[in-house]
Amino acid sequence: MLSFIGRSFVQKIITLIFVSIVSFLIIHLAPGKPSQADPLNPKFTPEMVERFRQAFHLDKPLHVQFFYFYRDLFSGRTVSWKDNRSVLAKIWERFLNSLPLFIVGTILTWTLSFPAGIRSAIFRGRLYDRTTTFLSYLLISIPGFFFAYILIIFVVTRFQVPVIGMETFGLSNAAWPNMIMDRIWHLLLPSFLGAAGGIAVLSRYVRSQMLEVEGQDYVRTARAKGLPPDQVHYKHALRNALLPFVTMFGLILPGLIGGSVIIESIFSWPGMGRMAYEAILARDYPVILTVNFVSAVLVLIGTFISDLLYMLVDPRIRL
Amino acid sequence: MTPTEKNRPAPGNRLDKPLTPKRSRLEEFWALFRKNRLAIAGLIIFILFFATALAGLFLTSGQNPVFDPAQIRLQEKLRPPMAKANLNSLYPADVPRLGIYLFGTDDLGRDVFARMLQGAWVSLTVGFVAVGISVFIGIFMGGIAGYFGQILLKMDHILISGLMVAGIAFMVTDWVLPGILFFILAVVFLLYTVRAKKNARNLAKPAGSGFLEINAFSIDTLIMRIVDIMICFPSFFLILTVVALLPASIYNIMIVIGLTSWMGATRFVRAEFLSLREQDFVAAAKALGVGNLRIIFRHMMPNAIAPVLVSATIGIASAILTEAGLSFLGFGVPPPHATWGNIISDGKRFIFDAPWLTFIPGIAILVVVLSFNLFGEGLRDALNPKLRERH
Repeated sequence: MLSFIGRSFVQKIITLIFVSIVSFLIIHLAPGKPSQADPLNPKFTPEMVERFRQAFHLDKPLHVQFFYFYRDLFSGRTVSWKDNRSVLAKIWERFLNSLPLFIVGTILTWTLSFPAGIRSAIFRGRLYDRTTTFLSYLLISIPGFFFAYILIIFVVTRFQVPVIGMETFGLSNAAWPNMIMDRIWHLLLPSFLGAAGGIAVLSRYVRSQMLEVEGQDYVRTARAKGLPPDQVHYKHALRNALLPFVTMFGLILPGLIGGSVIIESIFSWPGMGRMAYEAILARDYPVILTVNFVSAVLVLIGTFISDLLYMLVDPRIRL
Repeated sequence: MTPTEKNRPAPGNRLDKPLTPKRSRLEEFWALFRKNRLAIAGLIIFILFFATALAGLFLTSGQNPVFDPAQIRLQEKLRPPMAKANLNSLYPADVPRLGIYLFGTDDLGRDVFARMLQGAWVSLTVGFVAVGISVFIGIFMGGIAGYFGQILLKMDHILISGLMVAGIAFMVTDWVLPGILFFILAVVFLLYTVRAKKNARNLAKPAGSGFLEINAFSIDTLIMRIVDIMICFPSFFLILTVVALLPASIYNIMIVIGLTSWMGATRFVRAEFLSLREQDFVAAAKALGVGNLRIIFRHMMPNAIAPVLVSATIGIASAILTEAGLSFLGFGVPPPHATWGNIISDGKRFIFDAPWLTFIPGIAILVVVLSFNLFGEGLRDALNPKLRERH
């Protein structure tokens, strides 16, 4: 156990170093210079550009820049090139905006996909199963932005509630029940859209896992000795079918910083995805690289946690 | 003797002929696949889409295309689908070929039907080329990791390749002189080790060269660590970054999507190869002196290709979705060229006045992606040996 933790820790550190090198190279070797981001701006005189290049070490060779960047990142001094604010503070602020979307989306995913998947495994081949199967393919295949527009038109024309943005503008001194309802309406659509693909994939996975367990001998034994079907399904089969999903708790971690770029820009939601998108447009390299680095760290921690959980819940696994 | 009697084997020599299975593998696959109605529907739509995209390529390109997707008719803007062209206000040359706007017109009066036809070809090529790249890399890397994976890399291999990579990296950045120096050093080192290996007996080893012979790690470890590194990147974000920094072009999008999605294929091919390598037919082929390449491509690949095929079909669907998303954000194919994503992106401002600009391309993307997904899942079920035994 301890040796596994130590080994994977070292491995993950090495992976992280390579990820940081590769992402740094991708960004800096792409054509175009960040100092030329806005050549039409009259304030951008050659002296300004030179000062800019010196202030952010852009005149140094690449490996020196790399060293400077990661030194600043680890001491928390990285600043955005666009507005000179600390990158970590910026990310934290946007992260707090994205967090509700993530939480509601995760809750929706896990509460909707399990009942749907289990039921369609129990009613295999029947109408319910075929309908949910088709619906889940539909959810996987629909382009997010198109689905978003359909839902927006539906909600706006049917319920007459505004859904764009985090809250309705000018509602800050309304009564608190109105405000809460307003926030919930604004939260519901984007988080459902963010969760749609996940619901479809996870419910299919639950179904196949459940089907596999239902075919096992001990389930047949339980049925043969005359247990009521509900007890067979939910007590004997489900418990064992749930095993692989415990490990998925680790894998939802990277979603924390993901934040869908498309959904957030449609709904004008000032979250992580939007910030990354704006940073890409403005060639704000420190922000791009920091987001990339943090998400790589989260992916690595997530796989580590899921490996550990796998070992804890399934004693047959020896890593 | 009648022909039927001639074909019937005599009772005694039944085993003279090789006993082939009653149905060939393809027939068996088709019999299973046909039962899945959704997958058949997917296949039919896929063939229709392919034909449409090919027709679209011919009908919308050239000097004087049948349907001109770039023809601007400002007096005819935002006409609904099936609207008749207003012949009084148009030059005879500008009248659409069918006399009606089948799918309406957009805010510049361009025929949406022509633009959809042009976009179909873009979606098709993006899907196929991107997945082609990723499957090619995946098979290559997975094949090496699975077949040659147990070979250990020695310290001198690593040193040489490290020096070479450093040299190229220096040359790409502004340090040309040290780059060339590193590169020459690597080549000299390479030549030296090759010579030293050749006459290992005669040559006295220089002191301290022992560490060059240390086994560092296997090829399998190396490739799987590269896969781990690639998985750490958030893929849509990475694609967005690269596409935004590179000049806008459809080829960049295909290449970038392909280069960021080969990890799944690599894992599948590696896993299949690891199990196939140990099987008897591979041992037999090796014993007969069949070359490595022939074993890989003639004997192992046909047995390993099924999961790759399935993931490629579903990969095409997700590549089409990614391209549409990029076009929607404005990073897609540059403007005069129409794609389904940028028709939606242009039309979103008129969503209440001209909903067809959103719904027609949206439903087209949905149907095509759905057909690929259904077809892929049908393939997976039909190719699954566990299911095959049961039927």
